Amino acid sequence: MSARVESGMAGGSLASKIVIYGLLLVFAVIFLTPLFVMLITSFKTLDEIRDGNMLSLPQHPTIAPWLSAWGTACIGLTCGGIKGYFGNSIEMVVPAVAISTLLGAINGYILTKWRFPGHKPVFALMLFACFIPFQAVLIPVARVLGMVGLGNSIAGLVLVHVIYGLGFTTLFFRNYYEAFPSELVRAAQIDGAGFFQIFSRILLPASGPIIIVTVIFQFTNIWNDFLFGSSFASGDGVPMTVALNNLVNTSTGVKEYNVDMAAAIIAAFPTLFVYVVAGRYFVRGLMAGAVKG
Amino acid sequence: MAQVSIRKVEKQYESYKAVHGIDLEIADEEFVVLVGPSGCGKSTTLRMVAGLEEITGGEIWIGGDLVNDVPPRDRDIAMVFQNYALYPHMTVFENMAFGLKLRKFPREEIKKRVDEAARILDITSLLERRPKALSGGQRQRVAMGRAIVRNPRVFLFDEPLSNLDAKLRVQMRTEIKKVHQTVRTTTVYVTHDQVEAMTLADRVVVMNQGRIEQVGPPQELYHNPATRFVAGFIGSPAMNFIPVRVLNEGGLQVQLPGGERLMVPPQRTNRYAQFAGKEMTLGIRPEHLTETHDSEKPGVGRMNANVEVVEPMGMETMVHFKIGKDELTARIDPAVHAAPNEVLPLAVDMNQMHLIDPASGRVV
Repeated sequence: MSARVESGMAGGSLASKIVIYGLLLVFAVIFLTPLFVMLITSFKTLDEIRDGNMLSLPQHPTIAPWLSAWGTACIGLTCGGIKGYFGNSIEMVVPAVAISTLLGAINGYILTKWRFPGHKPVFALMLFACFIPFQAVLIPVARVLGMVGLGNSIAGLVLVHVIYGLGFTTLFFRNYYEAFPSELVRAAQIDGAGFFQIFSRILLPASGPIIIVTVIFQFTNIWNDFLFGSSFASGDGVPMTVALNNLVNTSTGVKEYNVDMAAAIIAAFPTLFVYVVAGRYFVRGLMAGAVKG
Repeated sequence: MAQVSIRKVEKQYESYKAVHGIDLEIADEEFVVLVGPSGCGKSTTLRMVAGLEEITGGEIWIGGDLVNDVPPRDRDIAMVFQNYALYPHMTVFENMAFGLKLRKFPREEIKKRVDEAARILDITSLLERRPKALSGGQRQRVAMGRAIVRNPRVFLFDEPLSNLDAKLRVQMRTEIKKVHQTVRTTTVYVTHDQVEAMTLADRVVVMNQGRIEQVGPPQELYHNPATRFVAGFIGSPAMNFIPVRVLNEGGLQVQLPGGERLMVPPQRTNRYAQFAGKEMTLGIRPEHLTETHDSEKPGVGRMNANVEVVEPMGMETMVHFKIGKDELTARIDPAVHAAPNEVLPLAVDMNQMHLIDPASGRVV
């Protein structure tokens, strides 16, 4: 089947090429239109938005909405823009991604190279964590966070995201290390390396691709999370996503669409950045592994 | 440098026993090869010596220390694996230095040892490369270098040549022998290739189904196998086995399935007389089934072969034929004419015969 597709691509007629590229172009336009509208709206003045066409380019481009969204827009009762909440999200995402990735790597290492009786049920239970709906555990999690004194704090959010992410990160690393030659581990054992030395000096250096996959996955999930953020944090402690919602839904005064759009783009920027930057290494890593043979 | 003692060692997996209480004493500086078909327990035994598998019964001693519960890194051993097991992200130098670095050797000492091992193995020019950029034979050398630099009490080899192509395998075999003659470290070597076992070993240990069948120098195993299994496993092409009836009618003789009879040489009659009238198995190597000559040595009998396949090898010719249901091979002079579907008279050197009790599988 793939052979047929390839020959179609290589020797295909002009007509089929036009159809393929035409379709791709149409869908690209459809998908990019919202982003385009967001971008141009964020550079328009409020007057222009009220008068003009949604798709028209800004007549008097201004960065005022961006400055306002970042530094002075009112969210709830405070008018400090979203910069504080952006910081909250960073404070939450960086440790949560780092800890869940590291723990997932260690779990995967143990579940493949240091098997113990009952390693299968343990892994199955961890996989189970991937399928629990967030909503089902909200109240128990809130109770536990309260009991350990982490309610209403960034640290609490980090803890929740680490625990929730462990199922996924363990799955990623376990499957990656499953294919990692066990004889390397044995050779290192005989060479005199201990449990953590084997992990840090033999497995981790070979884990580039899977670390990048895991980081992209975890970063996107945790950065974009709304439910945990709105449930377990409040006031000035909420992450970016919740603050954006509050900004857009503020009911006092005029609705500043240009500021809302600028804030939304700022909120989406980090995940885009991670995809674009790390994604390149991700593909490169996969290719390097493929030709190693 | 050390001797290794394996005493009543057992390996029990959940449902089956891989090694059934084996005993083996390996002398200092000795090169011992464990050989046998896959699943015979040879690799398990090696890995128990290495400490990579737990022992479920018995004792293992290395250089006078009981090592049953000693982790691999404290056993002072080095191991070469079948797939080389080189660390892909390290250079050849780093690969060889890794074990020394972990043991906190001073840097000059590490460099000295790696350079020395690289010189012995002729890989000095490869030290800065990564394993990816090496050929199979070079990788194998690096794996050996990693073992040599440690200067351990025992070398363990786990089928180190089976991933190489035939030509390289022969070359590396010589290389390993040379290294052992230079660095006289006690060596335990596992292989399923009996040629490797014969060429490398001071003593060969033939294993089968978790038990030791026989231990001895290569020549002794070849000429005096203790069991039918050893007789059939050592030697290529394999020994011929023919079901025979032992008769005592005017001298001891054996009757082949076709009715032909071969005299047992007089010096063996005492040994075999007790089996007169019994069904036994005659074992005879292909090189003792040859073309006939006008005057034969004493003890040489004759039989006729209905030739099925002829394989000229250059310095000799293999002739395959059947007696009853059994496939046999003879090794004849290439100058002698042999062709399929013809009858070829063969000389059977009964001085080299083996008589096997089919019930116990033992050579009598």
